[in-house]
Amino acid sequence: MAEILVFSEKDDLALELVSKGREFGAALNMGLAAALLGDGASARADNYFAYGADRVYVAEHPALADFHAETFAEALVQIAQQNDAQVLLLASTKRGKELAPRLAQKLGAGCVTDATAVEVQDGNLLVSRYALGGNTVASELIKTPHKVIAVMPKTFELGAKEARQGQVVQVDLDLREPRTRIVERREKAGEAVNLEEAEVLVCIGRGLEKREDLGIIEELARALGAEIGCTKTLCTDYQWLSEDRLVGLSGKKTSPRLAISIGISGQIQYTVGIRGARITVAINKDSNAPIFALSDYGIVGDLYQVVPKLLEALQAA
Amino acid sequence: MNIVVCLKQIPDLQQIRIKDRKPLLEGAPLIFGDMDKSALEEAVRIKEKTEGTKVTALAMGRAKLKDGIKEALAIGADEAVLLIDPALADSDTFGTARALAKAIEKIGEYDLILCGEGSTDNYSGQVGPRLAEILDLPQITYVRELTIEDHRLKAVRNMEESFEVVEAGLPALVTVAAEINQPRLASLRDILKAARKPVQEWRAADLGLSEGEVGAKGAVMEVVSNLAPEQARKQVVFQGDLDEVVVNLVNALTKEGVLGR
Repeated sequence: MAEILVFSEKDDLALELVSKGREFGAALNMGLAAALLGDGASARADNYFAYGADRVYVAEHPALADFHAETFAEALVQIAQQNDAQVLLLASTKRGKELAPRLAQKLGAGCVTDATAVEVQDGNLLVSRYALGGNTVASELIKTPHKVIAVMPKTFELGAKEARQGQVVQVDLDLREPRTRIVERREKAGEAVNLEEAEVLVCIGRGLEKREDLGIIEELARALGAEIGCTKTLCTDYQWLSEDRLVGLSGKKTSPRLAISIGISGQIQYTVGIRGARITVAINKDSNAPIFALSDYGIVGDLYQVVPKLLEALQAA
Repeated sequence: MNIVVCLKQIPDLQQIRIKDRKPLLEGAPLIFGDMDKSALEEAVRIKEKTEGTKVTALAMGRAKLKDGIKEALAIGADEAVLLIDPALADSDTFGTARALAKAIEKIGEYDLILCGEGSTDNYSGQVGPRLAEILDLPQITYVRELTIEDHRLKAVRNMEESFEVVEAGLPALVTVAAEINQPRLASLRDILKAARKPVQEWRAADLGLSEGEVGAKGAVMEVVSNLAPEQARKQVVFQGDLDEVVVNLVNALTKEGVLGR
């Protein structure tokens, strides 16, 4: 029986794929398996069964000790070929996203990265992703026998955990030593944030004049119980905020119940990141800024006047 | 040292108009993507530091590329190879990587292939890793700092949770993040000088590729639709006295049930 093979270096994301993979497996008449690679892999298998995997392939080959896309791609190809895996579902993390095309190329396969939706259509999988800088959503079918799909985190919900058993298969792989070597890992400064899980988001852009002024944005965020997000300019160019706060095409695609964009003109590269918000609000001094067309509510005004007033109104409410 | 930089011309995303949810690309000028420009800038910086380095700009696209490539030559590429052929048009990442790989093999000597970590339009990040696989090269992606010494590279990669410092021997394929550098603007003098730099144009047949292997006919993907998502925002803009405006906003948000924890 052909299989769907799930892999992510992050178990929580792999389990989202496993949860949804059961549905795909039933519709496509394929089994559902997952691959666990690297040291201590076999100890992690139980959760995969609990969320729906029939089999878990475990490889603890020394070449898999660190993540190297080339080596991991080779490992997954060997597992896929030994077990007739036709659909390979990965999580579109940075590692997943560099792994997917290398893996696809080895399999002579079509591939979609950063998938935002996957649905069964006529015995194939219809995969959607943003295109043209977020101006459009492209829905595509992969025409090759093997299909590699890297899915954005949180696209699928984690299913219910059940008391299920599965089969752990130790696989024997023929891998060469990685040609890249990791010599150091420098931790990023700042506390970890997860914008994808935020219920309320306050996003700040170029309208903020200096780093010290982040204080008023932080105050507003505190009053709203919000996380702070930002545009590429603020985190990549100015480095005022860490990159895990980047919202948009090259950052996080969020789905809060409320997203407030402050001092952000509304270029598509940013707005893609708040498209999933239930309610959007814009505060911008330029009444012609495109952000207003993408907002449910807007205030035209200088953020340095509007934000303190808004804070007062929130505290009074 | 020989460096090949892969560049993709894309429509200027700020100038794409949407009509009936369909993107209108006709009027949009073609530009190189941000990360592609950073890849080129990085190649030129390596050249400035390392004597005997040659930078070849490689791009696939339509006839307009002949104009666009002048920018890359003015910034500092020594020569350019353009892949222009109707048979190559509408290649997906599979066909693009295949054509670029053939061209790189035809260019012959290379130590370093530089690409952007993704194109600014589709950002799929596929061509670099696919190219590395076809050419059997190690891939080092998301690079924000790159140094080359004694035919080895050291790169700082920007990963989600950390900066990862990686070493590899050459030849290798590196994809760069936009933050690796601030691409220079070409001076008028550079632009004039660029006109004298060699530009070669190759067609699919020059690469030993037949029509079914690349272009629309060689595509492994079928695009079923490509439309702007439906936007249904309320677009209520509160106007007037600021004290009232903020209260109106708070009231509206309260009514929507999106305030409070």
